[in-house]
Amino acid sequence: MDVGFSSLRSEAVGAMRTALVSAENLQLTLKPELSQEEQALTNSKSSIKETHKAGNEDLKEMLESNKESLKLEAMKRVVGLIAKGKNASELFPAVVKNVASKNIELKKLVYVYLVRYAEEQQDLALLSISTFQRALKDPNQFIRGSALRVLSSIRVPIIVPIMMLAIKEAAADLSPYVRKTSAHAIQKLYSLDPDQKEQLIEVIEKLLKDKSTLVAGSVVMAFEEVCPDRIDLIHKNYRKLCNLLVDVEEWGQVVIISMLTRYARTQFTSPWKEGANFDENNAKAFYDSDSEEKKDTTEDKPYIMDPDHRLLLRNTKPLLQSRNTAVVMCVAQLYWHLAPTHEVNTVTKSLVRLLRSHREVQYIVLQNIATMSIQRKGMFEPYMKSFYVRSTDATHIKTLKLEILTNLANEANISTILREFQTYVKSQDKAFAAATIQAIGRCATNITEVTDTCLSGLVLLLSNRDETVVAESVVVIKKLLQTQPTQHSEIIKHMAKLFDNITVSMARASILWLIGEYCDRVPKIAPDVLRKMAKTFTAEEDIVKLQTVNLAAKLYLTNSKQTKLLTQYILNLGKYDQSYDIRDRTRFIRQLIVPNEKSGALNKYARRILLAPKPAPLLESSFKGQLGQTPLPWTNEMDRDRFQLGTLSHSLNTKAAGYQELSDWPAVAPDQSVRNVEVIEPVQEWAPLVGKTKKAKSADKFYSDDEREKEEEGSESSGSKDSSSSSSSGSSSEESGSESEEESSEESEKTSSDSGKSSSGSEKSSSESESEPKKKKKTKKAPQKKSKPPAAFSDSDENGNGPVAQASSSSAESSSDSETDSEDSDSDPPATPQKKKKDVKSKPKAEVKSKVEVSLLDLVDFSPAPTNAPKSSVISSSLLSDLEGLSLSNVSSTMQAGASSPPSSPLTPLTSPVVGALGSRLIMNQQKDPKRHEYSSPCPPNLPLPLKLRRLPLKEE
Amino acid sequence: MIHSLFLINASGDIFLEKHWKSVVSRSVCDYFFEAQERASEPENVPPVIPTPHHYLISVLRHRIYFVAVIQSEVPPLFVIEFLHRVVDTFQDYFGVCTEAAIKDNVVVVYELLEEMLDNGFPLATESNILKELIKPPTILRTMVNTITGSTNVGEQLPTGQLSVVPWRRTGVKYTNNEAYFDVVEEIDAIIDKSGSTITAEIQGVIDACVKLTGMPDLTLSFMNPRLLDDVSFHPCVRFKRWEAERILSFIPPDGNFRLLSYHVSSQNLVAIPVYVKHNITFREGSSQGRFDLTLGPKQTMGKSVEAVLVSSQLPRGVLNANLNPSQGTYTFDPVTKMLTWDVGKINPQKLPSLKGSMSLQAGASKPDENPTINIQLKIQQMAISGLKVNRLDMYGEKYKPFKGIKYMTKAGKFQVRT
Repeated sequence: MDVGFSSLRSEAVGAMRTALVSAENLQLTLKPELSQEEQALTNSKSSIKETHKAGNEDLKEMLESNKESLKLEAMKRVVGLIAKGKNASELFPAVVKNVASKNIELKKLVYVYLVRYAEEQQDLALLSISTFQRALKDPNQFIRGSALRVLSSIRVPIIVPIMMLAIKEAAADLSPYVRKTSAHAIQKLYSLDPDQKEQLIEVIEKLLKDKSTLVAGSVVMAFEEVCPDRIDLIHKNYRKLCNLLVDVEEWGQVVIISMLTRYARTQFTSPWKEGANFDENNAKAFYDSDSEEKKDTTEDKPYIMDPDHRLLLRNTKPLLQSRNTAVVMCVAQLYWHLAPTHEVNTVTKSLVRLLRSHREVQYIVLQNIATMSIQRKGMFEPYMKSFYVRSTDATHIKTLKLEILTNLANEANISTILREFQTYVKSQDKAFAAATIQAIGRCATNITEVTDTCLSGLVLLLSNRDETVVAESVVVIKKLLQTQPTQHSEIIKHMAKLFDNITVSMARASILWLIGEYCDRVPKIAPDVLRKMAKTFTAEEDIVKLQTVNLAAKLYLTNSKQTKLLTQYILNLGKYDQSYDIRDRTRFIRQLIVPNEKSGALNKYARRILLAPKPAPLLESSFKGQLGQTPLPWTNEMDRDRFQLGTLSHSLNTKAAGYQELSDWPAVAPDQSVRNVEVIEPVQEWAPLVGKTKKAKSADKFYSDDEREKEEEGSESSGSKDSSSSSSSGSSSEESGSESEEESSEESEKTSSDSGKSSSGSEKSSSESESEPKKKKKTKKAPQKKSKPPAAFSDSDENGNGPVAQASSSSAESSSDSETDSEDSDSDPPATPQKKKKDVKSKPKAEVKSKVEVSLLDLVDFSPAPTNAPKSSVISSSLLSDLEGLSLSNVSSTMQAGASSPPSSPLTPLTSPVVGALGSRLIMNQQKDPKRHEYSSPCPPNLPLPLKLRRLPLKEE
Repeated sequence: MIHSLFLINASGDIFLEKHWKSVVSRSVCDYFFEAQERASEPENVPPVIPTPHHYLISVLRHRIYFVAVIQSEVPPLFVIEFLHRVVDTFQDYFGVCTEAAIKDNVVVVYELLEEMLDNGFPLATESNILKELIKPPTILRTMVNTITGSTNVGEQLPTGQLSVVPWRRTGVKYTNNEAYFDVVEEIDAIIDKSGSTITAEIQGVIDACVKLTGMPDLTLSFMNPRLLDDVSFHPCVRFKRWEAERILSFIPPDGNFRLLSYHVSSQNLVAIPVYVKHNITFREGSSQGRFDLTLGPKQTMGKSVEAVLVSSQLPRGVLNANLNPSQGTYTFDPVTKMLTWDVGKINPQKLPSLKGSMSLQAGASKPDENPTINIQLKIQQMAISGLKVNRLDMYGEKYKPFKGIKYMTKAGKFQVRT
C-alpha cells in the first residue's frame, strides 16, 4: 500500500511538475506576445498623438487649400476646439490669411478666432488690420459695423491710434448700427488704454447727442464705464433720454434707468418729507405723507417737484409692464430711490409678478423686497400670501420668503403668519425649520401681543424629536425670556428638565446661562444642575464649560452655602483645562468671587458685576439697517440698505468693484436751467418755458410718433458743447442764460413768421422752411422714403443721403442726424459755412495727433488722402489741399469710386498698389456697385500698414 | 458687463466656454464647484457667487449651469435675464437645450453668442433678428448648404435692427396666412390639510404663433379685460392703446412669441379644479406607514381634467412604497424618495386612487412631517379665470388670415399639504 501510495505520489508530483513547466513555457510564449500587444498599444498611443498633431496639420492644410468648403470645415473644427477651451493658437498664421474671405460665414469664424487669440499673437494679428480698415468703408453698414466690432475687440495695444480713428469715424457714421458699434468700441478701447480717456469722452459727448434709440443704451453704457462722474454731460441730454426711454431696446433701458437714478439724486431735491425719515416704519406717516408733506414744508417753502423729476418718473412707469425682469427691477429701484413716498407703491404689483419667474430671478427680487419690506411694511402687506413658502422652493428662496413674512408681520396678520409658520417648523428641511423658529422669535419680540403664544409654542417644540429644532428653540426662548424676565420660572424649570436630553452645545450653554441668570427663581433646581455639570464638565464643549463656570460663579454669590464646594471643584477643573479661554476665565472668576487678600476692591462688586440686569438682545432682520448706528467693528455684516437696490452690491451686501454710490439728495437743487436745450424751431405759443411743458405733453406717449419729438430734440445743441467743457454748474447756467436770450429772440422771429397756424403745423412748416436752404447747400438728393422731409436733413459731413440698406427704416435715419444738427444748428443759415470750416479744422487737429502716434508705429510712407472728401464741395480748394497735406494715406478705394471726389485728386494713383489681391477684388466690386456713388460715408483717413507687414502677401505664404 | 460664459453639465464638466473680453481662466469655476458642493441640491446653488476677482452669476436650466463671469457692478437681474434669454434662444434654434444639442451645434452656438453680446453688452437678443443673421440648422438646409456651398450666415444687417419694429423682419411671405393664439392659465395654490385653500391665484399667458405675410397690424380685444390685474407685454404691444381702451394692438413678430402674461386680480375667487383626499400615516414604533390618496374633480365647469400627475417627496425614512393605483402607473425612486403617480384623465364616475403601504427604515423614528403633494393637470378648452377673447382684427394687409384661439388651464405650483 505504502509503496503504491508513494509511487502514486511521485507520479503526481511529476505530473505537477510537468504541468508547471509547461505552464511556464506557456507563459514564456505568452509574454512576448503580450509585449507585442503592449507595443502595439503604445504605438497606437503615439500615433494618436501624432494624428492629433497631424489633425492640426490637417486643419492647417485645409485652411490653406483653395476650396472654400474645406476652409469652412476647418474653421468649424477650430471653433469647436476654442469652445472646448483647447489651445488652437498655433494655427494663427493659417487662419489669419482667411480674414479677407468672401464667404461670410468663414469670415465670421475667422473673426471669432482672431478675437480669441489676437492678444497672444499680436504681431501676426496686425496682418489682419488692413482688411478691417478696408471693411470700415464698406457700403454695407453691417460689414462696417462688424469690422469695427472685431477691430476694437483685438486687444493689441499697438493699434490703439487706429482704433481711435475708427471710432471717431464710426461715431459720425450715417448708420445708427455702426454708431452703436462705435459706442461699444469706446469701452473696449478704454479698457485697453485708459490714457485715451479724454478723447473718448469727446466721442461719448458726441454720441450722447444722438437721437437714435439704437445708440442711446450703448452710449450710456460707455458713459458709465468711462466717465460716470461727468454728470455734466448728461444735462443737455436728460430730457431726450427720458423721452426716448420707452423705445430703447430693453438692455439699454436698464443701463439708462440706473444712470438716471444716480443723476436725479444729484440734481433734484428730496421729494420725501423733511424730518420724517425715509426709513419710517410707522404706518401713519406712511399713509398720510401726502397731506402732511404740504403742511410741514409750508413753513419753509412748499415742495414742488422739478418737472424734470416728474418727467423721469412718468416716463419710466410704463416700463413696469416690460417682459424683461431686469427692466422691471430697475424701474422699481428708481421709484424706491426717487419717487415721493406715496408713489412707491406703484411698483409693488410688478415686483410680485416677477416672483413667478425663474428661481434665480426670484432670488434677486426677494432680496430686494426684503430690504423694502423692512422700511415700508404697507407696500407688500396685501401680497403677503405670495410669499408663502412651497415645499418645492430652494432653500435660499425659502429663507428669503420667511424673512419677508417676518418683516410683514403686524398685530393684524400675526395669527395667520404664525399658523403658516407652524407648518414650516415641521418641514423636512431642518435648516429651514430652524430659521422659522428664529423668525417666530422675532415676531414674538416685535409684537408684544403674541409673545406669550409664541413662547408656549416654542416650549412645545422643546419636545420635538429633531435636535436642531430643539436647540434653536432653546436659543430663541433664552432671548425671549431675557426680554421679559417676569414669571417664567416654569419654562426655565421645563428646560432644566430637558437639559439631560439636549446635546447641542449652543442649546446647553443657553440653558445654563438662563438658570444662572435667573437662579433666584429656581433656587432648588439650579444647584442640582450645577452638580450634574460638575460630573460631566470635562466632556463638555468649550462654550458649555464657560457657561458652567459662569453658572457656578453666580450660584456661589447667591447661594454659597450649597454650592461652595461644587464651585471650587469646577474652578479647579477649569484651571487645568486645555483651553486658554477656560483657564483664563476660571482664573478671573476665582479672583473675582473668592475673597482673599490679593483681590482688591473689585471683590466687593462681584455680585453687581455678575448679576447686573442685562439688556435684551435685539432680534432683527439681517436686511435691517441699524439707523444711525455704525456697524459693529467686528461684524462684517452691515446693513444692506446702504446699497442701491437691484445692484450686485446689494445682492452680495459688499461693495462690488465699480459700484457707484447713490448720493444723498442735495439740500438745494442745482440750477435746473442746465437741462434746458436751445430750441431753434419756434416753440409753441403756449409754451414760453422751453422744455418743460413740452415734455409734459410728450411724456405720456408710449409709442410716440417720434418724428416730431425728435425734431424738437434736434434743438439741443450749441450750448451743450460749451457746457460740457465747463464742469461747474454755475458757469453753465450763465451760459444757458445767454442761450435763452438768444432763443427767445429766435422764438419771436419764428412765431411771427408762422402766426395763425396751428402749433404743430407751424413747427413743422417752419422747420421745413429753415431746412430748405440747408438742403440746398448740403444735400444733393432728397432723402428717399421720408415721411417728413425736415426730419431728415442729412449730415453736414456727408453730401448724400442714407445708405440704401437702410431705406426701410425712416425713423432710424431721421434720428441719425443728431450730432450734425447740433453742430450746425445755428439760427441763421449764413453762419453755417463758417461753422463747417471750424468743424473741418477740428478734424485735422485730431489727425495731426494721430500722425504723431502713427510714427511710433514705424509707418513708412505717408501719402495725402482726401479726408472728408465730401466736404470738398463746401470747403475752398486751398483748404482742401491743406487738409490733404496733413492727412494720412488712404488705403481705401473709396476715392476711386466716389463720384464726389475731385477728379484731380492727387491720391488716386496711390491707393491700389498697397492693396492685396483680395483688396483689389473688393475695389472691383465697389466700382461695379452703382449705389456706391450715392453712398457717402465719410471715408476715414486711414493708416497704412507698416511696409514690412504689407510685404507679407497674404496669398503667397 | 458679461466677461465670459461657461457651460457646466450635471457631472461638473465645463463643456463650452466663450469669452467676450480677455480670456478668463476656467479655474474661476472652481469657486462655483465649491458652492455646488456645499449646496445639497442642484437648485440650492446661490445664483450670485463672489470670488476674489470676479463674480459668478449662474442659471440652472435643463440640468446645465450657465455661469457668467463678471468683473464689476452690474444689476444681477440683467445677467440672469440675459442668460435665460440665451437658453430660450438655444431652445428656439435646436428644439431642445441639452448638452448634446449644444455640442452638436457648437459652431452655431458660437455664432449666436457672438451676435448676442458685444463686449459683454447685449447686442441682438430678438429671435427674429438672430434668425436673419444665423439661420437655424435644419436637415434640409444642411443638405442644401453642402451642395450649393451657401452658408447659414446672413450677409446683410437684419432689417429689424434698424426699424421701428425691431422684432419683425421684413419681406415675410406665407401662402397660408395664419395666426394662432393660446390662452394658457396656471393655477398656483396651496391647499391645507383640511382641504381649504390657503392661497390661490391665477397667472396666465397668451402665446402666439403668427405666420402672416407682410406687415400686419393686429388688434385683439377681450370680452372681459377687467379680469386682468397686472400685465406684462411683448415690446410689440402698444401700451397707450391698452391703457386707454384695454385693447391689444400690435405688429406681431414673425413666428412664435409670448404676447402677454397676466395676473388675474385676486378679488376673484379661484376655482380649484380638483380635490385630494389623503390619509398618510406613520405609526410610532412600527416600520410601516399607510398611504391612501384619492383624487376627484371639483370645479371644472363640465370639462374633463386630463394629464394629471401627482408627485410627492416622501420623508427620508421611507425605504420603499408598495402601492396599488386604481388607474395609471406610479414610480418610487428609493434614492430621491420621490413618488410619482401618472394618473391620466380623471373619470368622475370612478375616482382614481392610490393605496398601499410604505416600509420605513427599521428603528427610525416617525417622520414629523407628512409629505406635500404636488399636482399637475390640464383642462382643455377652458380658461379657469373665465377670460375670453372677443375678436381679432387685422389691418394693413389685404388678405384674409386664418385665425385660431385655444384655451387651456394648467396647474402651476399646485400643492396640497397633508
